Amino acid sequence: MTDYLHRSMGDLDPRDRGGPAQPLVSVQGLVKHFPVKSSGLFQPRKVVRAVDSINFEILKGETLGVVGESGCGKSTTARLLMQLVKPDKGEVLFDGETVGGAISLGDYRRQVQMVFQDSYASLNPRLTIEESVSFGPRVHGVPAQTAIARAHDLLHRVGLEPNRFAGRYPHELSGGQRQRVNIARALALEPRLVILDEAVSALDKSVEAQVLNLLLDLKRDFGLTYLFISHDLNVVRFMCDRVMVMYLGKVAEIGSRDAIFERTKHPYSAALLASMPSMDPQARALEPPLVGDPPSPIDPPSGCRFHTRCKFAEDICAQIVPPLAAISQAQSAACLMSMPRSGHSHAPVHGDL
Amino acid sequence: MTAITADIVAVPRIIRSPGFWHGVIRRLSRDPVALVALCIVIALIAIAILAPYLAPYDPAKTSVIRRLKPIGTPGYLLGTDELGRDMLSRLIYGARLSLVMGVIPVPIAFIIGSTIGIIAGYAGGIVNTLIMRTVDVFYAFPSVLLAVALSGALGSGLTNALVSLTVVFIPQIARVAESVTTQVRRLDYVDAARASGANAPTIIVVHVLSNVLGPIFVFATSLISVSMILASGLSFLGLGVRPPDAEWGLMLNSLRTAIYVNPYVAALPGVMIFVTSICFNLFSDGLRTAMDVKS
Repeated sequence: MTDYLHRSMGDLDPRDRGGPAQPLVSVQGLVKHFPVKSSGLFQPRKVVRAVDSINFEILKGETLGVVGESGCGKSTTARLLMQLVKPDKGEVLFDGETVGGAISLGDYRRQVQMVFQDSYASLNPRLTIEESVSFGPRVHGVPAQTAIARAHDLLHRVGLEPNRFAGRYPHELSGGQRQRVNIARALALEPRLVILDEAVSALDKSVEAQVLNLLLDLKRDFGLTYLFISHDLNVVRFMCDRVMVMYLGKVAEIGSRDAIFERTKHPYSAALLASMPSMDPQARALEPPLVGDPPSPIDPPSGCRFHTRCKFAEDICAQIVPPLAAISQAQSAACLMSMPRSGHSHAPVHGDL
Repeated sequence: MTAITADIVAVPRIIRSPGFWHGVIRRLSRDPVALVALCIVIALIAIAILAPYLAPYDPAKTSVIRRLKPIGTPGYLLGTDELGRDMLSRLIYGARLSLVMGVIPVPIAFIIGSTIGIIAGYAGGIVNTLIMRTVDVFYAFPSVLLAVALSGALGSGLTNALVSLTVVFIPQIARVAESVTTQVRRLDYVDAARASGANAPTIIVVHVLSNVLGPIFVFATSLISVSMILASGLSFLGLGVRPPDAEWGLMLNSLRTAIYVNPYVAALPGVMIFVTSICFNLFSDGLRTAMDVKS
C-alpha cells in the first residue's frame, strides 16, 4: 500500500489514460452564478457572476498558477474543480473523461485533492493529526491500521515526525506545521491533481519558503500536477510553469510563465505585474497602476469587463466581449488590442501567428 | 541500570495529547463555584434515591392535631404542612418527583432536538427552511404557555407533564443545534471531508457531531433549571403530579393557603426549587467556560 511513496517520476502512473499529451484537466465553458437576495419583491433576481464561462486546461505534470484580485473567481474556480459547488453550466474533463459521466465523482475525488488557505479551519479541532490524515483513505475502505501507517509515512514525508505529531491536536501546532498536515491529508488519497488555494498565503515568509520547497519536492516525488492559486506574483513566478490571470469571473490571459511575466498582452496583467513591489528604489512606482476596486460582479461592465479601469479603453471595448484568443503557441489573451482587425486602434492589422 | 538502558533502546513512543474532554474536566475541577453546584446536585440526587432511609416519617401520614407547626418544632425539624404531614419527609420525597420532572425531559429533548437541528443545519436550503419554520411555530409560544396548553390538552399526570415539557424544549434545542451546525458546516474541514469523498452521514458523525454536541449540551444543561421551574409550575396548576404525592411545586400550591399563618414553612418548597435550579445553572455556566478551548 505504500509503494506510491517510492514511485519516481519516470514510472508511468497506471491511472494515466490519455498519455502525456492529453491535458489532465480540461475546463469547458464553466459558469457559476450565485443568486443574491433581491432588493424588492418584484425586482428581477440578481446573480453574482462569480465564474462566467471560463475555458482552460491543466497539463499533466505542470503547475498552473491562477492570479487575480480578490473576488475575481479564483476560489470559486477551485471549488468548482473540486466539485464542492455544482457548476451552472459547462463541464470538467479529467484525463479526457467527463466528471460525473465516464469518471464517477467518487473516483474523481480520489484523484483531485485540495489544500485550503486557512490551516486551522481546514482541520477538525477534535481529531488528532493522524485521524485527520487517515480519514480520507478510511472513507475509501482502507483498513484503520493501514490508513494510520500510511498517515505516519506521509507525516514523515512532509517533515513532521509521526512520533511527536501524530497524536496531537491541531491547536497545538503552528500554522506552518498545520499546513504540512493539510498537505499530508491531501496526499493521503494519492491524488494526481492537488489544488492549492492560497495554501501558503497565511504563512510567515520563512515558513512559506519551506512549504513551497516541500511542495516542489512532493510534486517531483509523487508525479503531481498543481493548480496553484495565489495573489503573490513572486511566489507564482517561483512555482508555476504556466499562469492564468482572472478578472471578474473571466480569464483575461493565460500562458507560459515567461510569456505572462515578460511579454504580457493584456493591460490587466500588465497592471498586476506593475503593482509588484520592487526591490529597486529607483523603480518604485508612486502612482498605483490600478485605481479603485474592481466593478461589482453583480452588474459587470458590458463588453470587455476591464474597460472601466483600462487606460487603453476605447468605445469599441464597451461593445465587444473579447474572446480568449491565441496570440502565440504559449499565450492566449482576451483583449481587443491583440485581436486582428478588432476595431481597436492598437489592434494588429494581420494575425501574425 | 538495566531499566535505564531498556528505556533508551525502546522504540520512541508516540506522544499522545490528552483529549478535549480531559481538558474540560481539568478546567472544571478548578472552578469552585461549578464544583459546589455539582456537589449540591449530586447530594440532591442521593437524597432522592435514599429517601426511604432518610425521611423520618411517612410523607403521606396526616395528623389533625399537628397542622402547620413552625420550623424547629421538636421531632418535626422543618415543621408540618396544612394536613399535619412532616415537611422534612415531604421535601425529601419531593426531591424524587421534582428531579425526575426537571431532568428527564431535557435529555429526551436533547436527542430529538439535536437530531432535527443537525439535519436541518447540515442539509441547508429548502430542507432547512421546512424544518426550521415548523420548529418556529412551536417556538413562537412562550414556553410556560405551551407547556400549560399541552398538559391541559393531554390531561394531568406525570407522563403527560413529561411529554409536554419535552415538546416545549425540542424547538429550543433544535434552534441552537441548527445554528451551531450551520456554522460548522461552512468550515473548511467539512469541505475537505466532502472532497475526500465521504458521504453526509459519515461527515456528520466524524466531523460535525464532535464539534456541535458540546455547545448543544451546555445549552441543554441550562434548560434543566427551566424544566424544574416549569414542572413545578405545572404541578402548582394541578397539571402535573396529583396529590397526595409529594412534589415541590404541588407542595407550594397546597401550602399557599397557609402563607399568612406560617410563611417560612410555606416558602420551603420554593427554596428547594430555587436552590436546585440555580445549582444546575451554575454548573452549566462552569461547563460552558470549561469547554471554551480558546482560553
